[in-house]
Amino acid sequence: MPTEPAGGEPAPAVELTGITKRFPGVVANSDVNITVRPGTVHALVGENGAGKSTLMKILYGMQQPDEGVIAVHGAPVVFASPADAIGAGIGMVHQHFMLADNLTVLENVVLGSEPGSAVALDFAAARRRIRDISDSYGLNVDPDRLVDELGVGERQRVEILKVLYRGARTLILDEPTAVLVPQEVDELFGNLRELKAEGLTILFISHKLDEVLSVADDITVIRRGTTVASVSPKEVTARKLAELMVGTALPVPELRESTVTDRPVLTVTGLTVTGADGRRVLDDVSFTIHAGEVLGIAGVEGNGQAELVEALMGIRAPAAGRIALGGRDITRLPTRRRREAGMGYIPEDRHRQGVVLESTLWENRVLGHQTRKPSSRGPLIDIRAAKADTERIVRDYDVRTPNIDVHASALSGGNQQKLIVGREMSADPVLLIASHPTRGVDVGAQAAIWDHIRRARAEHLAVLLISADLDELIGMSDSLSVILRGRLVADHDPATVTPEQLGSAMTGAEGED
Amino acid sequence: MRRFAPRAVLLGLAAPVGALVFAVLVCAVVLAATGHSLFDTIDAMVTAAQRPRTFVNSLNSATQYYLAAIAVAIGFRMKLFNIGVDGQYRLAAMLSAALAGATWMEGLPSVLRITMTIVAAMLVGAAWAGVAALLKVTRGISEVISTIMLNAIATYLVSYLLNPARLAEERPGSNNIGTRPITEGGQVGGIPVSGSSSDLFGLVFLAAAVGFAYWFVLSRTRFGFELKATGLSESAAVASGISVKKMVLLSMLLSGAVAGLVGLPQLLGSSHEYSLDFPPGIGFIGIAVALLGRNHPIGMALAAVLWGLLDNSANALDLAGVPREIVGIMQGVIVLSVVIAYELVRRYRVRTEQREVGKALGSTRDPAADGPKDDNREEASA
Repeated sequence: MPTEPAGGEPAPAVELTGITKRFPGVVANSDVNITVRPGTVHALVGENGAGKSTLMKILYGMQQPDEGVIAVHGAPVVFASPADAIGAGIGMVHQHFMLADNLTVLENVVLGSEPGSAVALDFAAARRRIRDISDSYGLNVDPDRLVDELGVGERQRVEILKVLYRGARTLILDEPTAVLVPQEVDELFGNLRELKAEGLTILFISHKLDEVLSVADDITVIRRGTTVASVSPKEVTARKLAELMVGTALPVPELRESTVTDRPVLTVTGLTVTGADGRRVLDDVSFTIHAGEVLGIAGVEGNGQAELVEALMGIRAPAAGRIALGGRDITRLPTRRRREAGMGYIPEDRHRQGVVLESTLWENRVLGHQTRKPSSRGPLIDIRAAKADTERIVRDYDVRTPNIDVHASALSGGNQQKLIVGREMSADPVLLIASHPTRGVDVGAQAAIWDHIRRARAEHLAVLLISADLDELIGMSDSLSVILRGRLVADHDPATVTPEQLGSAMTGAEGED
Repeated sequence: MRRFAPRAVLLGLAAPVGALVFAVLVCAVVLAATGHSLFDTIDAMVTAAQRPRTFVNSLNSATQYYLAAIAVAIGFRMKLFNIGVDGQYRLAAMLSAALAGATWMEGLPSVLRITMTIVAAMLVGAAWAGVAALLKVTRGISEVISTIMLNAIATYLVSYLLNPARLAEERPGSNNIGTRPITEGGQVGGIPVSGSSSDLFGLVFLAAAVGFAYWFVLSRTRFGFELKATGLSESAAVASGISVKKMVLLSMLLSGAVAGLVGLPQLLGSSHEYSLDFPPGIGFIGIAVALLGRNHPIGMALAAVLWGLLDNSANALDLAGVPREIVGIMQGVIVLSVVIAYELVRRYRVRTEQREVGKALGSTRDPAADGPKDDNREEASA
């Protein structure tokens, strides 16, 4: 049933009708309907885990829908692979950049669609085209620079250029602002307006409502896998949009009254970590966290947060400095002894460090606690007690699972995270290292995790909180430090600081170079 | 609980049985292409296997294969590939044979003598595997490479030591050469089986005990838990406070110690000396048996018996005019296809499990809360 453009109204650049995708274990798309007018910025909003990414993968040919029709400029299409989508003029800029650092912009852009014949590459022609594209859309990209030298915002523009170079007329941007600080976001939006003015269509995925309201022409809200509303930014407020997204009122990260005591739990002095090349990835870092205090660390990813956490957990050996837990020097203790001394750890990458996907839930409960009750008794694993305690975690932390004998891989990310939080809290830690504790979890789980951290804080837990979500950092922290190139460069009072101020500090726009 | 559901058992059996059937089919094609009858071949093998003597010999082979398979499996559970089981058992068998046959041992009580032989074999095996473990832990050298090389070194070391000037003596009337024969007190008597001229190795019980210990350590102890966790996700293990280096070292030493036992049923039960014709290559069979048995203590036992039956009934094929190499083809195809089959079954299992979890929780794992009623959504009926 070809839908011909009727009258003066041009056919939609992209139209999704009744898209349904059954996806094992996680959010499925069901009956998704979106109409994207050509030459507009169309925002797709929804909370984490609502099914936005799945939908975009379907549109980009990475996954095939079980039901429904995709139409491009009025003609139904079937995308078996991203190559088909690119062929139809649809390009995708991923949230995580896919660039080779040691190649130039030019080389990165042509990679996979090299110009010229099979034997000789015609770089001159490619360079000309890149300049043309860069100039006509105001992307300001120099084809001969090494990607390694570029900042995050520039890298993103290279990604956009890469897609344009392949002839895309409709761009999908998956959470493009997640990695940017506020100033870079403004620049990106300038670029998007320019692209729009040139007649391109942009599908913009986000869960940040202010951004969406400032840049989008149309907004589609997706909730629990289905489209629940299509609105114009002129007609809605951020509050209304939030309610559409969540279905109920949005939870806010906030701490009620201060529970900070004057008893130091973690004292770090002069901690320095060097990378494989001898560079200081963590440089002379000192701070103290007291019982009942949450210390937030703000920073653009890759500025030493991962190294700080690993050094604290004993996974990475520091080059210099001292770490003391409750007055006891633990700088040289192995990870297990630190955990036994009361350090809980919510890792940044739960699949790498948090759970063993091919183990059952109760085995994952034992992980990291294999030397302590109730997981073990002497040299033996206490299977019965471990299982009973896993049942308790599943109950108390609302882990959605049919039973505790399924493998961790069968659970959604949010439920895996709740299991991890429950496990780390179960041993009554004195210090919790929480790295992006609510990343990629749904709003209900997010509120629950915040609740658990708050409750533990009231019982004098000390928390080191690292997060990319500035609202979470500001709302959950008793004190805030900014990390930049491995150093703690500024302290802020979470009661007064704004996300913009933090953003400036995170990029080094204020203070030292 | 749910683990013993019939479907789980069926899934577990699907891969090895499928591989077996596929291997038979491939063999049928090979036999047809070379102008032999499949049914004559099967008939000859089945008839042979029914002879008590063949059966006992099969179990005796299986005993050694099983030990080798456990040695390999200990490494596999850690994602370590101990290809060196072969060198480890040959060196261990040779040195412990020299010890057990030594004149001064003859005065010792039998139990002590046998125990000393077993312990010595385990220590030699562990030490030889320990070389590879140390190289890996201190220098990051892949155990695959180092154990292959250590196999070659073990071969030369054994032939160097197996010399009249050193640990061996010549056998008058033949060009064979072996360690000093172990006298009666150092031997482990066999179990006679009626109708069979050969006895069942007494050390079959040792193999069973090792199998039980393997199961117990892996599924009940902290050490086993840490070993499995390290094998499944090294990064998660590190974050959980498991020292990966220590686990590599310990599991290689254990693997080597079990490998050291591989030659003992033969040595103490039948050969009573380590000579030039001591069976080689059992370490490699162990790899195949561990793969086929999925590192599972019972699975490996069944696989070892199957391997033993195939090996020992192959002798009968020559009489039936069928080249016995067909068994080798079959074994090869089994191993190759079982590896593929297990991966397919694993993926299928992960998918069905995810789907079932999804189903049990409602298709969008919705906490009910609110929203439009999902009439077109796939809802779990149970």
